[in-house]
Amino acid sequence: MTAAHAALAPAGLPGPVLRAERLAKEFSGVRVLSDVSLDLRPGEIHAVIGENGAGKSTLMRLLSGYLKPSEGTLFMDGAPAEFHAQADAQAAGIALVHQEILLAEALTVSENIFIGREIARFGRLDERAMREAAAAQLAEIGCKVSPNDLVRDISLANRQLVQIAKALLGTQRVVIFDEPTAVLTHDEVDPLLDIIVELKRRGVAILYISHRLDEVERLADRVTVLRDGRMVGTYDAHGLTPRRMASLMVGREFASLYPARQDPARLGQDESTPALEIEGAHVPGFVTDVSLTLRKGEILGLAGMIGAGRTELFEGLLGLRPSSFRAVRLHGKPVGFHSPAQAAKLGVGYLTEDRKGKGLLLEEKLAPNLTLAALDRVHPIAGLDLAGEADLLDRAVASYDIRLRSRDAKAGQLSGGNQQKLLLAKVMLNEPSVLIIDEPTRGIDIANKSQIYAFIQSLVREGRSCIVISSEMQELIGLCDRILVMRAGRINGELAGDAMTESNVALCATSSATNEKIPGRNIDG
Amino acid sequence: MADLAAAPPRAQHGWSIGWGDAGPFLALAALVLIGFLINPDFLSANNIANVVTRSAFIAIIAIGATFVIASGGLDLSVGSMAAFITGVMILFMNWAAPSVGTAAIPLGMAVALVTSIACGLLNGTIVTIGRIEPFIATLGTMGIFRALITYMTNGGTIAIDRSLRDAYRPVYFGDVLGVPIPILVSLAVALVAAYVLYRTRYGRRCVAVGANEDVARYSGISVARVRTLAFVIQGACVAIAAVCYVPRLGAATPTTGLLWELQVITAVVIGGTALRGGRGRVWGTVAGAVILEFIANLMVLSDFVSEYLVAAVQGVIIIIAMLIQRMSKR
Repeated sequence: MTAAHAALAPAGLPGPVLRAERLAKEFSGVRVLSDVSLDLRPGEIHAVIGENGAGKSTLMRLLSGYLKPSEGTLFMDGAPAEFHAQADAQAAGIALVHQEILLAEALTVSENIFIGREIARFGRLDERAMREAAAAQLAEIGCKVSPNDLVRDISLANRQLVQIAKALLGTQRVVIFDEPTAVLTHDEVDPLLDIIVELKRRGVAILYISHRLDEVERLADRVTVLRDGRMVGTYDAHGLTPRRMASLMVGREFASLYPARQDPARLGQDESTPALEIEGAHVPGFVTDVSLTLRKGEILGLAGMIGAGRTELFEGLLGLRPSSFRAVRLHGKPVGFHSPAQAAKLGVGYLTEDRKGKGLLLEEKLAPNLTLAALDRVHPIAGLDLAGEADLLDRAVASYDIRLRSRDAKAGQLSGGNQQKLLLAKVMLNEPSVLIIDEPTRGIDIANKSQIYAFIQSLVREGRSCIVISSEMQELIGLCDRILVMRAGRINGELAGDAMTESNVALCATSSATNEKIPGRNIDG
Repeated sequence: MADLAAAPPRAQHGWSIGWGDAGPFLALAALVLIGFLINPDFLSANNIANVVTRSAFIAIIAIGATFVIASGGLDLSVGSMAAFITGVMILFMNWAAPSVGTAAIPLGMAVALVTSIACGLLNGTIVTIGRIEPFIATLGTMGIFRALITYMTNGGTIAIDRSLRDAYRPVYFGDVLGVPIPILVSLAVALVAAYVLYRTRYGRRCVAVGANEDVARYSGISVARVRTLAFVIQGACVAIAAVCYVPRLGAATPTTGLLWELQVITAVVIGGTALRGGRGRVWGTVAGAVILEFIANLMVLSDFVSEYLVAAVQGVIIIIAMLIQRMSKR
């Protein structure tokens, strides 16, 4: 595992198809990327990792022609290449698979694949040729949707595949994947990774950008690490553990991503007064007869695939969706919530999984975002107490370590990690005794992740109780005292102690087996 | 995680105005300057007072529209609602005058307020409970109100009773210390509105609902209540404007308030309120209403453009204002 990438090319391997030499990029005088050199060889998966803001997406946009480098040169097959627009890079055989799904939902799969490069004969669209080509392309990557399906009718995973089919259309020599699995659940990831391996086998050079270091470990032949816009180095992926990658990314050793677990014995003592009990929850179309108990001071994990009903269960609980419950007890007292406001009043806070769409007003400044769910706190008698609100923001910035350039910044200008911290501070302003956190660390970097885990741990140490919904199994295993696994709207298993392993969680999430069959089952309630 | 050493300076709070918000006021200043260069009479105290007084109705209604638009709605019915309210008010006053005398005026004002709040509530509930797009809902009620006033007037006019005319006159033509009453009323409405929008929970919620309905919902805000209340505020503003308007015309006709919705929405958008919601600017709206009236006045005072083209110029202005909003976004 050496940083000298020159030494890494074994004899007999073909030369690089795309090579970047000393790339640098400035935006209005600010250097976001400097002195980055790397090469992509046919039949190789080259991963690029780094924290948010390390320059990954800038690099990717330089390589795919969306941006022009301020300094440095690109070489295609050894000859200098200059891409004036993304179309130039596309013509040279470089495709980019975007992180977000950029498809027109009202159009068909085939129309989306050919958007902007439609096949026409004598000026008239040749729908059949496009449909056939789309079908062939989809079949090639094992995507089972029909070219005639409307994009809005197909699943998220299939949309991602359609997007890949679109990128792969035409002969591709280099494919750049920008966090392709970010929007997928655990069992949707494998088929996608298989497609990437298949592309590699066919001799395509692949640049793979991901936050998920386990995927990088599994896929990559070489790994380039970026930090603060500079290159840390290019490493042979063989023997590079996720922990080592993480230390290279942040520039220091990581003892552990997760805070120390609390003593299980201490938890057991409070069993007489559970913080939250849900009995017989029904959310039409999503959840069937779910009952669960959250003990006081516990971090309870909720695992399962997207669509298993985890988010919907709690949206139903808070009155955000039509739902019915046989009984809900909060600290032993029967309750029923008809709105998040009422739930907040009684001490239940919910952090949405969709911080940009449902959590924060991105165009609004920080203080109004912070207090939006707790305006009573800044409304002593008549008007809003703006000075008091500014104090609350100061305190939130300090206690949740929110990094910002100015107090006047808009929420949308914060990094994902800092947005998540602001969202946590917003929900905590109501001082909930029971906190439900949906995807606490989606799309945020390792340093912020580890901080958020520490916040959650300290919240339960204060006597609060917490439910964590997550699609990242490692996160649940590292953080939670107990994990419930949902499948198809029901709770399909409960895991605690040593039984909390990835394979057990995956088994419960996908098989119809109940937890009776899970090895090492360890339930004490 | 310990390098939070240099905490950024705290923002100035209060009534400070950013450069982006100064736009409508700069435009207003420029317009005054141009007006003076074209025709020095433009700056005479008399003309200015006249123009601003005339802009008061649009300003008051547009202040209400600022709430509706900031909360992500739109109300096309304001013009015909104003006509309908005027008709209801005059009919009521004429009916009551023989028995209660001039006391019919304050009673009529109260009736106008109650009726228009009911109209606003109707718009609001169609939008929120009926889940109809505000554009369609208020397009419908716009037709309804317009038809009602045409029906009430039988296609002609309903004039205010002679016995009330003199007593009511000062509401439009009177002044306090030289400042015409409609200007004072619109200033008062703007002050209250600015307080409500910027300094109360309702104002925050209103803007939040317009910025992102989901965020508002997940933050425990009752989106339907906030939206409905915005339409009610709009109704109340229409009533206040109608009350000031009655003495000027002395009658309600089927053409009263025609195309006011265009002027109102134009004033709001020129003022810096985001048409897709999420940002409201009360004083900008007032400036926008004055700008519109200044332009109309300039067109009358100068001979460049026929005054019959006033609506066309206003139409051009709303498009330019939207283009500026779009460009300042990026």
